[in-house]
Amino acid sequence: MTQIAVTVNGTRREADVEPRTLLVYFLREQLGLTGTNVGCDTSSCGACTVHLDGESVKSCTLLAVQADGREVMTIEALAEADGTLHPLQDAFHRHHGLQCGYCTPGMLMAAASYLKENPTPTEAEVRESLEGNLCRCTGYQNIVESILDAAGQMSGAKS
Amino acid sequence: MSRKQMPGVIGVFTAADLDDAFPAGLPMVWPITEDIKIPTHWPLTKDVIRFAGDAVAVVVAGSRAQAEDAAEEVAVRATELPVVLDLEEAAKDQVVLHEDLGTNVVVHWSHGGGGDQAIFESAPVVVQERHLQPRLIPNAIEGRGCLAYGIPAAGEFTLVSSTQIPHITRVGLSITTGIPQTKLRIIAPDVGGGFGSKLNIYAEEALALALARQLGRPVKWIEDRQENYLATTHGRGVIHDCTLAGTEDGKILGLKFVELADMGAYFQLLTPGIPELGGWVYMGPYDVDAYWYEFTGIMTNATPTDAYRGAGRPEATYVIERLVDAFARRIGKDPAQVRRMNLHPPHVDAQTSIMGLNVDSANYEPTFDRALELAEYDQMRKEQAARRESGDVRQIGIGLSSYIEMCGLAPSEILGALRYVAGGWDAAEIECRPFGKVVVRTGTSPHGQGHDTSWSQIVADGLGITPDDVEVLHGDTAVSRLGMDTYGSRSAAVGGEALRQAVEKVKEKARIIAAHELEVSEDDLEWADGAFRVRGAPDKARTIPDLATSAWQAHSLPQGVEPVLEGTAVYDPPNFTWPAGTHVCVVEVDTETGKTDVLRYVAVDDCGVVINPMIVEGQVQGGVAQGIAEALYEEAVYDGSGNLMTSSMTQYLIPSAMEIPDMILDRTETPSTTNALGVKGIAEAGTIASPPAVINAVVDAVSHLGVTEMGKPASPERVWRAIQEATKGSPGVSGGLDGATPAQQEGGAS
Repeated sequence: MTQIAVTVNGTRREADVEPRTLLVYFLREQLGLTGTNVGCDTSSCGACTVHLDGESVKSCTLLAVQADGREVMTIEALAEADGTLHPLQDAFHRHHGLQCGYCTPGMLMAAASYLKENPTPTEAEVRESLEGNLCRCTGYQNIVESILDAAGQMSGAKS
Repeated sequence: MSRKQMPGVIGVFTAADLDDAFPAGLPMVWPITEDIKIPTHWPLTKDVIRFAGDAVAVVVAGSRAQAEDAAEEVAVRATELPVVLDLEEAAKDQVVLHEDLGTNVVVHWSHGGGGDQAIFESAPVVVQERHLQPRLIPNAIEGRGCLAYGIPAAGEFTLVSSTQIPHITRVGLSITTGIPQTKLRIIAPDVGGGFGSKLNIYAEEALALALARQLGRPVKWIEDRQENYLATTHGRGVIHDCTLAGTEDGKILGLKFVELADMGAYFQLLTPGIPELGGWVYMGPYDVDAYWYEFTGIMTNATPTDAYRGAGRPEATYVIERLVDAFARRIGKDPAQVRRMNLHPPHVDAQTSIMGLNVDSANYEPTFDRALELAEYDQMRKEQAARRESGDVRQIGIGLSSYIEMCGLAPSEILGALRYVAGGWDAAEIECRPFGKVVVRTGTSPHGQGHDTSWSQIVADGLGITPDDVEVLHGDTAVSRLGMDTYGSRSAAVGGEALRQAVEKVKEKARIIAAHELEVSEDDLEWADGAFRVRGAPDKARTIPDLATSAWQAHSLPQGVEPVLEGTAVYDPPNFTWPAGTHVCVVEVDTETGKTDVLRYVAVDDCGVVINPMIVEGQVQGGVAQGIAEALYEEAVYDGSGNLMTSSMTQYLIPSAMEIPDMILDRTETPSTTNALGVKGIAEAGTIASPPAVINAVVDAVSHLGVTEMGKPASPERVWRAIQEATKGSPGVSGGLDGATPAQQEGGAS
């Protein structure tokens, strides 16, 4: 067992983990943060996307010990504490950007990170940014629309 | 093996250890012919490992990691046996999978045909083609998984499972495990996609229950992606010999299909019935004089096949639409023109089709014309001609696909005639709680289809309340008692109609109470603006929440009226529903690299009356994306020894947002005559229509170079080889191997 200290969604969490434990299983099974999903175990589908020090990463690719001393943000912290949805979540809701919902946490986290890098993306750029996140239900069209809508809302709010 | 020394290991079990656990094997519920040969399918194999994915032992441990560590230590002493994967080889029975059956050729079924079969030889134009459709892996992004727990002393068990079919699973697993249905509860919580792959009862579910019973503790199993690829059902895997009989001026006289279908190593829940489901739509939307369909189901050393989005109907539509294009090329006519002149005439009421069943309603031409209009068909043809003229490296192809599908599964009487074990009804219960909230219990089991939303709309519209006041409960056999679950684009057409009928029952009772409270006769009441109102005095009114409260209080109910405002309906559809549509795909093929890009995709569908347009569009978009994936990217490939080569998402190519285009969607609306809602179903249309639209477009892009054959998936390599062969006569893929991938050829030769 290895002791790690990770700031997860703003709270410092100390835990003993097996060195081989993947970050996603640490989040899901030790911290009970089951919003992050596992779709493939091979870093292909992106359902497990979280933020590590503000950048999106696939949490099935990282070991929990690699998150030691760093900050992790999961889907549970995307909405405001009072339950107000993040503009991306709101846009996914309005544009029917999800069907079964399994890929959705990963899509949202990937998009949230991307919109920080590029607040006013084109449709093609949004599609490219989602290359590592697979959805089997939606055909992506409403996901892309949702992200473009949210980008508009967010950049509008800032200006 | 030192099972006790491995940390955390609770037990290791083989079939012999669980001999008493299963009074019966895993269920197959569609013995489609009297003489079908059915292999026994145990949750753990007892003797022979028949496919990669046929489990031999199960390890139970304190954690997944401990269980996986221990599973790696399980040593299997096995003698290597010959395997057979090719359908025609398997049919020769040189290698027989199930010795007790004596053959791999386990089922043969024919629709029986319609019209004059002589036409297939005597027609002025006879087009014959062979098409191979490879196996596909459904790939719900949430794999399967289950948790079994209970009170062994009381014999009561609960299985939480990622399944599309909790109600059917209760019946099936009760038979397999011997746990009475009265003591077995199945919960399917929010399920992360299914596409038919969770329309099944799997070994792992039976094992989890049996082990929870044996060990007296909860047992959980979660599939990883590789296990999903190996052991969750595959789709397609068929070969068709196709014949179209027609005239020189483009009339299609007859369509005939003889199919070989890969069953895999065992039957899963519906395996032999899947090709048959397509057997009723091989005439497409066309008005033909003669029809023939038959299929032979063959066992191979591969994962069992079963329903995958469309289940039989995509396979059918693909070959019909490839054949119509081949016919158009043969007689030198535009494929759009040929399709349009052969569309079945419209009918408002149900009409018997040449295949023997009644099509509920039809009006195909407006749908067809709208698709061509949105695709700017004529302009695209001009663009194509210009590029051909200039010898552009990037050539344009336009592909069409017109389809009809059979949905709303299904009238129980017909299912009985087709030897399906269960009925096709569904059920809904509405309970109007006091002070305004309404609980709906539906027998459908959504896993992404948005039933909460659409069902709330049906109830809110019917009862004059808001959708937010409706709570839809589903996917738990202890909550929604009655149901037949979700598959086959049946939920709105059967479960939705059941709900509409339950709404009517609630209103019948509510009307009696309203008349009593308003001191008028029932005939003096009318339903207007969301309330029962006295005719001529609309302010004298009672809303459903008013009446629900008084029915719950029961202080002053009319004589003979029971307390509580509720209604239950069990609905058995009198007919299937028959959606139809036309899709147009425009592709650009790079003739130097073989790479295909979809430039434009138009889908015009007619799914009858639409309850929620956004959800309908979402279903089409997702279905089309899966169909484009089938046409251009996806294929499950085995090597010659039966190893699945495409055993992870890095080898099995699922398209991302980069590959799937924005789609142009529209609808026409021809109400179904089967149900009062007028709905037909939309969940499978995209997957049924799109693969031939895309492949026809690819062929069309390079047909002027001499390419007429193209298998799925139309990968850059396959397209490039086809162009090379057509233009240079160079060695490569020969015509006879259309559809076989290079990997398969290598596998077959090794």
